[in-house]
Amino acid sequence: MSVRTLPLLFLNLGGEMLYVLDQRLRAQNIPGDKARKVLNDIISTMFNRKFMEELFKPQELYSKKALRTVYDRLAHASIMRLNQASMDKLYDLMTMAFKYQVLLCPRPKDVLLVTFNHLDSIKGFIQDSPTILHQVDETFRQLTEIYGNLSAGEFQMIRQTLLIFFQDLHIRVSTFLKDKVQNSNGRFVLPVSGPVPWGTEVPGVIRIFNDKGEEVKKTGFKHGGNYVAAQKEGAFELYGDRVLKLGTNMYSANRPVETHMSATSKNLASKTQENIAPNPLAKEELNFLARLMGGMEIKKTSGPEPGFRLNLFTTDEEEEHAALSRPEELSYEVINIQATQDQQRNEELARIMGEFEITEQPEITEQSTSKGDDLLAMMDRL
Amino acid sequence: MWRRSLGRERMYRRERSIPLRGSAAALSNNLSVLQLPASDLMHFGVVHGPSAQILSSAPGGMPLAQRQLQVKVGVGVSPPLITQVHWCVLPFRVLLVLTSHRRIQMYESDGSLMVYWHALDSGDASSAQTLFARGIAASVHFICVGTWSGRILVFDIPAKGTNIVLNEELAGHQTPITDIATERAQGQDGVADMVTADDSGVLCVWRSGTVFTLLTRIPGFGVPCPSVQLWQGMVAAGYGNGQVRLYDATTGALHVQISAHARTICALDLAPEVGKLLSAAEDTFVHIWKLSRNPESGSIEVEHCHGECVSDTQLCGARFCDPSGCSFAVTGYDLAEILRFSSV
Repeated sequence: MSVRTLPLLFLNLGGEMLYVLDQRLRAQNIPGDKARKVLNDIISTMFNRKFMEELFKPQELYSKKALRTVYDRLAHASIMRLNQASMDKLYDLMTMAFKYQVLLCPRPKDVLLVTFNHLDSIKGFIQDSPTILHQVDETFRQLTEIYGNLSAGEFQMIRQTLLIFFQDLHIRVSTFLKDKVQNSNGRFVLPVSGPVPWGTEVPGVIRIFNDKGEEVKKTGFKHGGNYVAAQKEGAFELYGDRVLKLGTNMYSANRPVETHMSATSKNLASKTQENIAPNPLAKEELNFLARLMGGMEIKKTSGPEPGFRLNLFTTDEEEEHAALSRPEELSYEVINIQATQDQQRNEELARIMGEFEITEQPEITEQSTSKGDDLLAMMDRL
Repeated sequence: MWRRSLGRERMYRRERSIPLRGSAAALSNNLSVLQLPASDLMHFGVVHGPSAQILSSAPGGMPLAQRQLQVKVGVGVSPPLITQVHWCVLPFRVLLVLTSHRRIQMYESDGSLMVYWHALDSGDASSAQTLFARGIAASVHFICVGTWSGRILVFDIPAKGTNIVLNEELAGHQTPITDIATERAQGQDGVADMVTADDSGVLCVWRSGTVFTLLTRIPGFGVPCPSVQLWQGMVAAGYGNGQVRLYDATTGALHVQISAHARTICALDLAPEVGKLLSAAEDTFVHIWKLSRNPESGSIEVEHCHGECVSDTQLCGARFCDPSGCSFAVTGYDLAEILRFSSV
């Protein structure tokens, strides 16, 4: 509904991804310099200027499937590799964490504070890289420019757009269950106590005014909650006390993070509707992906730096088991290059995915304005 | 579930829920109820996202028939998100109106047949704006629908048939319309009063007739007004900061301000026979209020009747199921059922 939602969605999910990867890198005892390189490479790719330009353009949100493809690419921006099962779990954790943060934001505008919390932590990961730090600060400035003056109504629309994106996701996350912020049915706990949002009064007061506008009577009623007044507002500047804890790093090296695949059978109908479409992604989504990832400058790993595989599970067997037992309706159906299908189309997609160099195609005579047009043109000719 | 009884006032108890095919979307005013006095049937309408579900149920809550509606804009293009679904009761017919991005669609009351559709005009929209319609109400033989630009479209509805015409476009708001409410003008036939609300909290009170006239404009205070109701010359408005405010519709004067909820209000509804007001919010609470007018001073008075907590559920819709407010229903984000309550 709001065309200003994607940057917030992308940056917050990206932030959660980095939290999880950082935790797993430490848990798997990856050498410090390799771990730092991975995080640096991913963050540098995320905040690349061309990519950010594409991201900040007013546009609709696309499906979880389409967005997942972008994170797949991002996670592989360095020497680290993830199997599909681990990538699935990573995406589950990212989405459930941000869903929780959006739901619990006191004011719709507070999603900006959540974003700033993520950015603050990201800067912590790259303290020794001034170039990347500068990129992140630049993104901060862009966020302030675009979102700093949005009205409460526009933020409410952004919030609704995000919630529609996260609708029907009820994956249970062990950290959330242990902390009692998520119920065993996968739904988040919405507390009815604590501070009210900044700008809201504690419920329970009825004020009567006369026709001169003067308050003439004040009575109370029993609201049912246990709220208190808000202490102070979080800072929206580059530096400051955000007050809100949502969006800060909740992982530590010692806390294993498990997810439980619970099939939400009641909502099967809505899920299957999405999966019934003949193309895995609609044309508009492919266009979006091509545009976005075209802006991603993935550094080709030259030299003898050896890659390594990161496992989001405790053992390889667990990872294998997760891959086999993932319920159908929770499959993200990532685009897999099918060698048997359309050769031309697959080559174009593969080029975008950065898997191999494309050889000169005689049909394409001039450079199209966007990779999406190339793709669409090719599909139209089929 | 927390409950409170106030002396002679009735308490409400939870009735059997009505299951939904798809969960309710996190929109405001996301529940419409059509009570058919002739039969015992009740129709419910809930927006899921790109589809809306219409279902009918028997008095006990047993679902009887259901239908899913979508807005089809073209082949190979995904259906746009629906913003609201609402029944409009007109003198000679009942129409079901569906608002979405890009389009307004009107159906026969059971959703079986589309009788009219209207594509939204992009006008002078910038690229940073999505086109959508939101806010639906019937006013005598007109149906009024709000839009993203703040304009309100007034459609003239014939007693039967599909010859629906866009009659007028009302200007009065500069930000997207959130909700519209109407009420027959007291003692006058063929005239109704209408209140429209928008994302910046501005309220406009109109008098309808062949031409709509703006009577009063109530300024906002930087907070959206997602839901609004009109009863006996009183405007009840629910705001993004959890406040419910009651204004005099003629003068626009603020009479009552209630710190009713801890999060944005998502829906207000009225039981016109008794002057009961229902407020539901994202803070998981539903409250019922009794409105009245002081016969001497003419000022608006309010009394809190009942509160209900729907644990861990961000509510998105609420309606009374009968004109005397003996029962009500609510919907919540991510919840695939309609919760029902009735008084004991």
